[in-house]
Amino acid sequence: MKILVCISNVPDTTTKINFSDDAKSFVTAGVQFIINPYDEIALTRALELTEAQGGTVTVIHIGDASSEPTIRKALAIGATDAVRINALPRDAYFVAKQIAAYAKDQAFDIIITGRESIDYNGSQVASMIGELLDLPSVSIVKVMNVEGTIVTLEREIEGGKEVINCPLPLVVSATEGMAEARIPNMRGIMSARTKPLTTIEAVEVPTLLQYVKYDKPAARSQVKLVAADDVKGLVDLLHIEAKAI
Amino acid sequence: MSVLVYAENSNGKFKKSSFEVVSYGYSIAQQMGVPCVAISIGDVTNDELARLSQYGASKIVSVNNDQMKAFVNQAYGSVIAEAAKVEESTVVVLSASFSGKGLAPRVAVKLEAGYVDGAVSLPDISAGFTVRKGAFSGKAFAEVSLSSAVKVIALMPNAYKVIENAQTPNITAFSPVFNNNDFKTMIKEIVRAADKVSLPEAEIVVSGGRGLKGPENWGMVEELANLLGAATACSKPVSDAHWRPHSEHVGQTGIAVSPNLYIAIGISGAIQHLAGVSSSKVIVVINKDPEAPFFKAADYGIVGDAFEVIPKLIEAVKEFKSVNA
Ligand SMILES: Cc1cc2nc3c(=O)[nH]c(=O)nc-3n(C[C@H](O)[C@H](O)[C@H](O)COP(=O)(O)OP(=O)(O)OC[C@H]3O[C@@H](n4cnc5c(N)ncnc54)[C@H](O)[C@@H]3O)c2cc1C
Repeated sequence: MKILVCISNVPDTTTKINFSDDAKSFVTAGVQFIINPYDEIALTRALELTEAQGGTVTVIHIGDASSEPTIRKALAIGATDAVRINALPRDAYFVAKQIAAYAKDQAFDIIITGRESIDYNGSQVASMIGELLDLPSVSIVKVMNVEGTIVTLEREIEGGKEVINCPLPLVVSATEGMAEARIPNMRGIMSARTKPLTTIEAVEVPTLLQYVKYDKPAARSQVKLVAADDVKGLVDLLHIEAKAI
Repeated sequence: MSVLVYAENSNGKFKKSSFEVVSYGYSIAQQMGVPCVAISIGDVTNDELARLSQYGASKIVSVNNDQMKAFVNQAYGSVIAEAAKVEESTVVVLSASFSGKGLAPRVAVKLEAGYVDGAVSLPDISAGFTVRKGAFSGKAFAEVSLSSAVKVIALMPNAYKVIENAQTPNITAFSPVFNNNDFKTMIKEIVRAADKVSLPEAEIVVSGGRGLKGPENWGMVEELANLLGAATACSKPVSDAHWRPHSEHVGQTGIAVSPNLYIAIGISGAIQHLAGVSSSKVIVVINKDPEAPFFKAADYGIVGDAFEVIPKLIEAVKEFKSVNA
């Protein structure tokens, strides 16, 4: 089985987000970057499948050289090899186009992404790759099993789940439940240094949109504390003042 | 020209989020001076379809045939893109529901449209076309300017109010030509907890954290949620420990919610948790530690032991409901 895992490089989840004075860009100084948590889940499931059934796991990342530590981490966790498309990821369409251009002739059985990246929260790369390569895709998948050429998936839906069958090849976006992310061990870290990492130049993609401005949610005013023996007071506040019940 | 809105149904019934997207689409259409057209796919009766016109759809396109009964994002995407061409739509609106998130990107690619997922307010079309969306998992907002001829927007559930704008229902059947390659995925089974309020769409969410000590103590969380017509949720360590299913985990790496009311019980308010819940309109925190960071992000709070406060709160809500039913 040949699996391609798409990874993005995102601010650590503890990061306090700040923007430049003109509000046009995210300030990355002092920010620790990590593999997007959902992509780590995707990578782990890919490794579990190839360990059980044979095959290779390639990771692909769109970014400049500064994201190589994230790629090396994916190799340390266990990926076979890695590809970096040398361009800043402008938006999800740009990223999907790069991945589709790379994957087109590579006959991957499964292309897997995280459900969304925790920076721009697009949740669109998997479906876009599916559309660009004319492949089926299933988004926000919590269970994925492969038997022969048939993949069984459980996808999250409002108030429940959907169980789906799909033949290989396909594109999947992964969410929690699919696997528990793995921590790289010493051997993994050592071998990651010598695993192949190929750099490829980006293909041209038309510009459809631009991120023009950022801001942060307004801070809440001071919390109103209600005494623990006055829960009725809380109910009244929620009804009369907040109009929330 | 027109604004096309995809109204998703669940077992032949439209959901609140479907009326939200129609209301939203109608507002955009009004601003642009064009009609709002709704498209429905699947087995939906004419009576149910007509409900879409209550919120501003002056035309309802219904795709109702055997092949399209079950959701397949590839096929649904083809049909919506086809309808957008027929209706000469320059804006296509969907809900950022679980299905919508898988579907909208396909529509966007087919129409070579700029696409914004998780829009939280109406686009600003005074100069260009700018859409506001959540970013950095609830820690920020971004404004995205779309320059493509066609724009696709997935609207965050609960971000836009349902508004009545009655139109005369005008329902037409639409039978596009299907591509067999679009039907590779097959739904084997749909499991829905019939009595549960869906978390991303819920107006009230009651959420429990590690402070509740163990899964056996969730009875009072569920009772409170039932009384309020709320969905239940939890913090990450709670679902990691399998006290609750992953589908209830809210936060930066879980579901982002924006209900009217979020009640957090025994949750400390870590930055990753706050990220996913901070766009809730009203936040209530119940925690025995007065120093819990969550109090800084809350509107109302009770410093107290959940095991004493929640049973009393349940009684107080029962009393409130009996008076205000
Ligand atoms: C990569 C990454 C991603 C993460 N993503 C998320 C995410 O998406 N969502 C998320 O929730 N977390 C996330 N976390 C975890 C986060 O950092 C916190 O660890 C977590 O939110 C804490 O959960 P908690 O508040 O339930 O537990 P704790 O932090 O242990 O807090 C328990 C709280 O309960 C209170 N308490 C105890 N007993 C009682 C009682 N009897 N009555 C009332 N109050 C009581 C305590 O005072 C305390 O404040 C993430 C962490 C990482 C590293």
